[in-house]
Amino acid sequence: MDDLYREVIIEHYKNPSYRGKLDPHDISFADNNPLCGDHIQIDLRVDTSGMVTDARFDGHGCAISQASADLLMEMVIGKPLEEVKKLNKQDILDMLGIDLGPVRLKCALLSLKVLKAGVYGLGEASDDLVE
Amino acid sequence: MSLHINEIRKDFPILDRETANGKRIIYLDSTATSQKPVQVIEAMNDYYRRSNANIHRGVHTLAEEATAMYEGAREKIAKFINAASSREIIYTRNTTESINLVAYSWARANLKSGDLVILTEMEHHSNLVPWHMLQMERGIELEFIPVTEDGVLELDTYKTLLNRTPKLVSFTHMSNVLGTINPAAEIIQLAHAAGAIVMVDGAQSVPHLTVDMQALDADFYAFSAHKMCGPTGIGVLYGKSALLESMPPFLGGGDMIKEVKLRSFRANSLPHKFEAGTPAIAEAIGFGAAVDYLTKIGMDKIAAHEHEVTEYALDRLEEIPGVKVFGPSADKKGGVTAFTLEGVHPHDVAQILDRDGIAVRAGHHCAQPLHEKFGIPATSRASFYLYSTKEEVDLLVSGIYKVKEMFG
Repeated sequence: MDDLYREVIIEHYKNPSYRGKLDPHDISFADNNPLCGDHIQIDLRVDTSGMVTDARFDGHGCAISQASADLLMEMVIGKPLEEVKKLNKQDILDMLGIDLGPVRLKCALLSLKVLKAGVYGLGEASDDLVE
Repeated sequence: MSLHINEIRKDFPILDRETANGKRIIYLDSTATSQKPVQVIEAMNDYYRRSNANIHRGVHTLAEEATAMYEGAREKIAKFINAASSREIIYTRNTTESINLVAYSWARANLKSGDLVILTEMEHHSNLVPWHMLQMERGIELEFIPVTEDGVLELDTYKTLLNRTPKLVSFTHMSNVLGTINPAAEIIQLAHAAGAIVMVDGAQSVPHLTVDMQALDADFYAFSAHKMCGPTGIGVLYGKSALLESMPPFLGGGDMIKEVKLRSFRANSLPHKFEAGTPAIAEAIGFGAAVDYLTKIGMDKIAAHEHEVTEYALDRLEEIPGVKVFGPSADKKGGVTAFTLEGVHPHDVAQILDRDGIAVRAGHHCAQPLHEKFGIPATSRASFYLYSTKEEVDLLVSGIYKVKEMFG
């Protein structure tokens, strides 16, 4: 339980490195977690080779969802979109280094869901994206 | 005069259990659902062990016993809310289904495009969405009585809205977020003077206050067993019998009919007209036992105890730097305290409190528009019932200080 609020998570929640918006951007997508009203928007810049050159997230939510978004931005910068598409639940859990119950898992996965819906150019972010 | 709190707590075995890390449960989420006393659990067990049978049709011993218990519970509930007759007590699944019953049966028979329905900004989603659906289906109009900064309804605006001759006014007797106890009698009287029918969402009021249908004069009143020491899966729609008689049936099927031909049917009399299919029999019996339990303790005593705990909780919460409590002062509200803690999301507050066994709710509590009005995505909510104590409030307060420390 203490693990859930590891220092790194509190730190990324309080002092995120990648909070903000990108204007212009190549990809932008936003969605909510209806359970707790968390909201996340993600903007990406992508170069001609399909590599993510910059990424920002914006929105509000709990420490888990916001820290997860911040760490995810750090992770995808410099990655080709094809690799971003392959990210899944386990990658997020490994990234956070914590175990999560079913409710908080949704908080942790919201940013990945938003990111992948944007990368795939979908109209809606579905839970299937982060299985 | 006051409650014998230690005796009462013994009736709720769950309050003795511990979490996985050995902390005693501090249950501060009764607004979501109350805990159940052994008297209710045993009444339902006893029914399944001794009397289980389907109701109304059989003539054998068990069927007659089950029917008597099921209908007996209805009588108890009618008496509990001082309805004129038990025919006015329609069993449903919960408050939500009761409101939907009115939206499907009464409203679809009586409302047309352009008709006005007045709601309030502090409604639970269950008293918003059925009306949104009706608005999409047939173009009724919706207006909302605003909520002030202090969390009470703006009755002056309500009076102005009434000049537009609404067909229906539907409002919550007690807010599940702010705890505000609305002046129901006044709202109902004003609505009637304007010629409107009135429905009240009583999900939070019936468990905590003495409510009297004949004194209130509401046309419809909805509530659930599970928030008042009863089981889930059963609720009530109270309706004035003349109105219920005039309404078309809701769901069709067994038990709601007097006679069925291949191409037609005649609906049953009240209350069965609105109760299609085998109902939640054990749950109705449990509901009856819950009403017995609350009656025996006394609703006035319960309300007084909750008031004492709530007043104490408001004082203690407000002394914590960074905590903001929503809703009116203790004299205008029931045992609900929704709050925010500066810099910490309510989900994190709830999760960290849970480590000490403290159960509070975090989120928008099915009242998203109300949270939007206050410009916040979510709140943490601690709520109290007859078994809540000031010691539990103290533990909540220490828990919040721990959260603050963690997020420094």
